[in-house]
Amino acid sequence: MASERRDEILVEVKGLKKHFPITGGLLKRQVGAVKAVDGVTFDIVRGHTLGLVGESGSGKSTIGRVILQLDQATEGSVTFDDVDLTRTKGEKLRKIRPRMQMVFQDPHASLNPRMTVSSIIGEPLKEHRAAKRAEKRERIDELLSLVGLESSHANRYPHEFSGGQRQRIGIARALALNPEFIICDEPIAALDVSIQSQVVNLLEDLQDQLGLTYLFISHDLSMVRHIADRVAVLYLGRIMEMADVDSIYTEPKHPYTKALLSAVPVPDPEVESGRKRIILEGDIPSPADPPPGCPFNTRCPIAQQQCVDEVPEWRELSSGRWVACHFAE
Amino acid sequence: MGNQPVLEVTDLTTQFDTLDGMVHAVNDVSFTLNRGEFLGVVGESGSGKSVTMMSLLRLIPMPPGEIVAGRALYDERDLLNIELDELRTIRGAKIGFIFQDPMTSLNPVLTVGFQIEETLKIHQHLPTEDRRARAKELLELVGIPSPEQRLKSFPHELSGGMRQRVMIAVALACSPQVLIADEPTTALDVTIQAQIIELVKDLREKFGTAVIWITHDLGVVAGLADRVIVMYGGQIVEEALVRELYASPQHPYTSGLLGSLPRLDQKGTELVTIKGQPPSLYQFPDSCSFAPRCPYAFERCHEQRPPLLQISPTRKAACWWDVDTGSPRSGV
Repeated sequence: MASERRDEILVEVKGLKKHFPITGGLLKRQVGAVKAVDGVTFDIVRGHTLGLVGESGSGKSTIGRVILQLDQATEGSVTFDDVDLTRTKGEKLRKIRPRMQMVFQDPHASLNPRMTVSSIIGEPLKEHRAAKRAEKRERIDELLSLVGLESSHANRYPHEFSGGQRQRIGIARALALNPEFIICDEPIAALDVSIQSQVVNLLEDLQDQLGLTYLFISHDLSMVRHIADRVAVLYLGRIMEMADVDSIYTEPKHPYTKALLSAVPVPDPEVESGRKRIILEGDIPSPADPPPGCPFNTRCPIAQQQCVDEVPEWRELSSGRWVACHFAE
Repeated sequence: MGNQPVLEVTDLTTQFDTLDGMVHAVNDVSFTLNRGEFLGVVGESGSGKSVTMMSLLRLIPMPPGEIVAGRALYDERDLLNIELDELRTIRGAKIGFIFQDPMTSLNPVLTVGFQIEETLKIHQHLPTEDRRARAKELLELVGIPSPEQRLKSFPHELSGGMRQRVMIAVALACSPQVLIADEPTTALDVTIQAQIIELVKDLREKFGTAVIWITHDLGVVAGLADRVIVMYGGQIVEEALVRELYASPQHPYTSGLLGSLPRLDQKGTELVTIKGQPPSLYQFPDSCSFAPRCPYAFERCHEQRPPLLQISPTRKAACWWDVDTGSPRSGV
């Protein structure tokens, strides 16, 4: 990525694999593995947003969890600000944790219903900073106003808020420790359409104000086009294509990206009537039993024998444009 | 498409009597569905789109639900007033229903074949062999590979997309005149959604079934529908031909919704947002439900609820404001 070498890379993921064992039989021996993430490599430049898109089961959320060391990598490395997290443990890792945070998908499930808003947002402060009570109180107010809530909301419980407001609380919690990097795991998927844009605008404003770096995990390709600087397209635990956002959307190179983009409906009847859809046959194969060669070969409209025999190389087509397909050019 | 109405709904009002108070889920909803027409019904959660359609077939739990008023004319009969036995001969046979979540709407302990044949047995009284043959034919029709074996499968053995295909097969089993699809692709991935949309398009061309497609996704109906109804707070706020609606929305809610959508085919600037929250349904809407969030709201909006006004031969909007002139609507 010649053009970006000058910029500082904050997160670097190399050859990352996460296999979950399948056990069977009386002795619970391992009989197989779900290859949720099967060798992905990408990096994120400080202050940028990488959009990670893929269908369900493609391993997007697992990548997020492994980066934050909530799950351990089977293979590969995750480097955050020049520290390899996969080799960091204990107190040293704990020191780094506040710098990376997560906003979860479902704001109903990710906030403890028995805690008030102030204790939800204040918990990371209690955990990681020995703040005085008054300071903490002040910081909570500050965070609430940052995400567009009022300080009078601090003593209420999550059930008193709507979905969009709850997501704001989740964002305030993620911001509490002044992180540099936030993983947004489908942050708007559970929200109503008119509320989604509110939350996305908030995330963008916060990025401008605080210089945050995002990994934006989503299946909503239209929203990713809006928010991301670069996009990685995931299929069965591997990245099929990665490039800057405009290249991906205007000139997709991988047949999967092409099909995926053509499948997304556009809210405009004039445009829709002129669009050609590439309809993929069948379903995503199981990650426990991925097809040999290119993971996409079972559904690919241009697949050849070579695609079954050989795993396509992850290669750079032109500066910053990466693709894993024998035939992309 | 002839403008022969197949379904005519007038002033439908449905309420739910809950412990927290009366929920006004659907208020004075009127619309018609023409023969062979594809009608899109768009709204966010709580807008009343599903309850409206479920009320038509009296599928809402009663109590706590109650259809307080309204008529739903189908084949010269009022679905809301006929005997339940008579309604049962219409449900599934003349009006098919596809539910959102194919996992919860198929019975997990019965085979796919049994569930399709059940419909045929009840409504068409076919003998066993004919039923089996027809069930296989239906699975083929909805694009399920090796249908013979699939008839013996249980729902959990199928993927989400396949299950939704089975649901469509069940709904189509008796060649209904009207098909109501309630968010049929919301639980599916985009590539699978595209498959289902293609399938429904094909089937509609083949059989001329009139379709009501309920969704929160303005993108999905853009390429499918002939006409679109937009619902908000239990009411219809706008009704128009599909191209008119997207080209020049007449209700501020519709334009707000369209503005807040990012586009796949355009690199947008900042998204327009609709301020505030969707309305509480506990209050009966005396005024315009959208007024608190509306950039154009003026006095009258807070005092009087706008009815669904006919503003052109093909368009209706429930709004006191005229976006074309930029002033309050005159003569109403």
